[in-house]
Amino acid sequence: MPGPYKETDLTERVEAFLSDLKRGGSGTGPLRGSAETARETTALLRKITAQARWSSAGDLMEIIRKEGRRMTAAQPSETTVGNMVRRVLKIIREEYARSRGSSEEADQQESLHKLLTSGGLSEENFRHHFAPLKANVIEAINELLTELEGTTDNIAMQALEHIHSNEVIMTIGRSRTVEAFLKDAARKRKFHVIVAECAPFCQGHEMATSLSKAGIETTVIADAAIFAVMSRVNKVIIGTQTVLANGGLRAVNGTHTLALAAKHHSTPLIVCAPMFKLSPQVSRYHNLLLSLQVKSCEILSKVNVHCPVFDYVPPELITLFISNIGGHAPSYIYRLMSELYHPEDHEL
Amino acid sequence: MIFFKEVILGFRYWVIASGWCFFRRNVNDRQDDIERAKTEGKELTKEEKQRLRKEKKQQKKNKEKKDEKASQGSEKEKKSGSLAAAAPQPPAKSTTVKTPSAVPAPAPVSVPSSLEAPAPVDKPSKTKAELKAERRARQEAERASKPGKKGEPGQQAASGKQKAPPSELQPVIKRLPEHIQVDNPDVLKKLAKKLERQQIPLRLDYGYKVSLFSHLHQYSRKAPLTQQLSIPSTVIHPAVVRLGLQYSQGIVAGSNARSVALLHAFKQVIRDYITPPNEELSRDLVNKLKPYISFLNQCRPLSASMGNAIKYVKKEISNISSQCKEEEAKSKLLNCIEWYIKEKIILAAKAIAESSIEKINNEDVILVYGCSSLVNHILFEAFEKGRKFRVIVVDSRPRLEGREALRRLVQRGISCTYVLISAVSYILPEVSKVFLGAHALLANGYVMSRVGTSQIALVARAFNVPVLVCCETYKFCERVQTDSFVSNELDDPDDLMVTRNGKTQLESWQEVPSLGLLNLVYDVTPPDFVDLVITELGMIPCTSVPVVLRVKNVDQ
Repeated sequence: MPGPYKETDLTERVEAFLSDLKRGGSGTGPLRGSAETARETTALLRKITAQARWSSAGDLMEIIRKEGRRMTAAQPSETTVGNMVRRVLKIIREEYARSRGSSEEADQQESLHKLLTSGGLSEENFRHHFAPLKANVIEAINELLTELEGTTDNIAMQALEHIHSNEVIMTIGRSRTVEAFLKDAARKRKFHVIVAECAPFCQGHEMATSLSKAGIETTVIADAAIFAVMSRVNKVIIGTQTVLANGGLRAVNGTHTLALAAKHHSTPLIVCAPMFKLSPQVSRYHNLLLSLQVKSCEILSKVNVHCPVFDYVPPELITLFISNIGGHAPSYIYRLMSELYHPEDHEL
Repeated sequence: MIFFKEVILGFRYWVIASGWCFFRRNVNDRQDDIERAKTEGKELTKEEKQRLRKEKKQQKKNKEKKDEKASQGSEKEKKSGSLAAAAPQPPAKSTTVKTPSAVPAPAPVSVPSSLEAPAPVDKPSKTKAELKAERRARQEAERASKPGKKGEPGQQAASGKQKAPPSELQPVIKRLPEHIQVDNPDVLKKLAKKLERQQIPLRLDYGYKVSLFSHLHQYSRKAPLTQQLSIPSTVIHPAVVRLGLQYSQGIVAGSNARSVALLHAFKQVIRDYITPPNEELSRDLVNKLKPYISFLNQCRPLSASMGNAIKYVKKEISNISSQCKEEEAKSKLLNCIEWYIKEKIILAAKAIAESSIEKINNEDVILVYGCSSLVNHILFEAFEKGRKFRVIVVDSRPRLEGREALRRLVQRGISCTYVLISAVSYILPEVSKVFLGAHALLANGYVMSRVGTSQIALVARAFNVPVLVCCETYKFCERVQTDSFVSNELDDPDDLMVTRNGKTQLESWQEVPSLGLLNLVYDVTPPDFVDLVITELGMIPCTSVPVVLRVKNVDQ
């Protein structure tokens, strides 16, 4: 029976993934984009579904929830992990419901009568065993993986609808999604990009070199010059780490200032964010503080130094979200959220 | 030729004109002399300077002749010819009006043409003698108005407005300062000629300039102007050379520091000054200062406070009466400069600190940006008076001036926090007040300050935190500006490069054709972000700046 070998192999994979996550956050390991993380998480979940021992949907969900909690605990700031776990849980619920033959997807949350009478969303305990469930779930996860692989391209394809010639576009830091977006538009149109360098890590420099190599006119500015230069900017296009349920963002440090400056000059702020970045639950007060290199050591002991990694940007400052399924206003995000995740899974 | 007919009538004119002919013939020899003198670093003798001046004037007149020949015809030629002939006479006043000295060229060209334009209209009815009298009267008028125009370092474009009494709102011929016309090749040529005459090397621009800023200079810190000076240079006083190097390398930075250093250098210049024979101190000293100011301008563009200080010094020098003996005049000037520093900078800082302390309460959290000497002074005073507060110092790349402010505050024992400017929206909910320093206050109420100040004011406004700007009145400026593009300073673009983990991303930015680095020094903050401006005259709103300027002008 290949069971025990499979299990140890599985736990090894999970452990390897967890340690990768931990290292990635501390800055010592390889820095990976969130798309990569999402794909790896989903692949890992598929493996768990295939190789772990479970008999009913409920068991599977328990296992996945447990693994999900471990993974999010390893790196709380990497929210894509938790998002993928929730997606898979939703897939399991859907497949289970389909196997049962009930058409519950339609009125899962909508029935007010049900809400009032049942006192809880569902009395399902997912205990029935369905033979084809495993195969269906794995197939659905494969579809999810395909979707994940195409997100950057899907977003980049919409570039020409939003960028016209001789525009001046501003961005901050480094986002692979925005990079692909701008490079796609540059194939047909000529425009100018201003990149704010985003101290102290200055990822903006990498972005600028990459864009200029693709032939786009790029200028690097210091963070302090964002407001000074904003009056000549036509659009602000940024990426983000997470999209919150209210349509706000948790993005790289300095984005809030950028958004305020754009609002002051009535410049549209466009956020390129794939669907897997939508996160229903994010710890509001958890904000990573990283070390800042300060050379003069004699005063270091008497000084507090703060270096937050993320900023919260409220939804009023955002004009448009561009995701792999199209463009949305910030006020629509809560609806998308409800389609992607089941409310019971918000708390893993 | 009509020119020679005119010449025959007046003996004086004939002598000058023949001298002009000789000059033309021997021009090559003279040119060699001048070149030799320049390379040896010697100061050109008065003769040589006069000859250069004459040559330049002739070239300009020839150009003007060609331009206006069609419309003005013969009267114009006669006019310009006689004016040119009359110029080399000892009343050197008219030449200073026509010669582009510290004033950039486009304006003086407009002044003579505006003078000459009305005259030819009534030409046919007047005789030659009446013309001469008219011309003499005009020169006298120019000489009388000269002290008002003279104090022009080239930055204060509206100084022409200053000389009119405040009740009369005269239309102003705005002189665009040279340093914001770098994309105009004519202006650059004129600047090069002026610097050549003053024997100052021209500093070359460096690196690819972002197209939005092609009208500004961009220099490299690695190529200071002093490397191009010959040693020993007797043209520029060594104190000024040292000062120029300190400016260009950033050793002396900050509005107050630069002004005070400039005034000390001028004091040294005045102490070492000896009036040459047959010259008046009030005129010659001002002429001596002009090349120094050009040199300092080349090292680093002058700030608004420096411009005001220079105007003051020039005014004081030209007000020295010719009766004064040299020693007396020099000590008077030194006292004036001392008074200026004491009154406008030191005492003003004290007054501002006293009013600001009322605004600092116990348990306050105060946010400051960069290193402003005035704001630091206020915080020290408040701490001495026993107020309990803590300070958050915001810093920004690439200058990182906040570290200096942090060091000074911590040494005094004030508890501090340090953040970069991108973290401002993270830290602002804790802050109760924001204190900002200013480089200059513009006449439309905008605050010109270190780049990033407007950003901090914007975010503070979004969080409803009061923003207070502290500024002495000597930094108030007649200019108006609405954005940070038209008039700014571009610093060395290589400063933006950073090395992390042994790797410098932008190392070869010059080789990539579509990549540009922009290192701005100043930006302007709109008045609606600023709640209060604290000056030594009291606490005023941003929009009252032109009122203060007007009051100051009336006093002067």
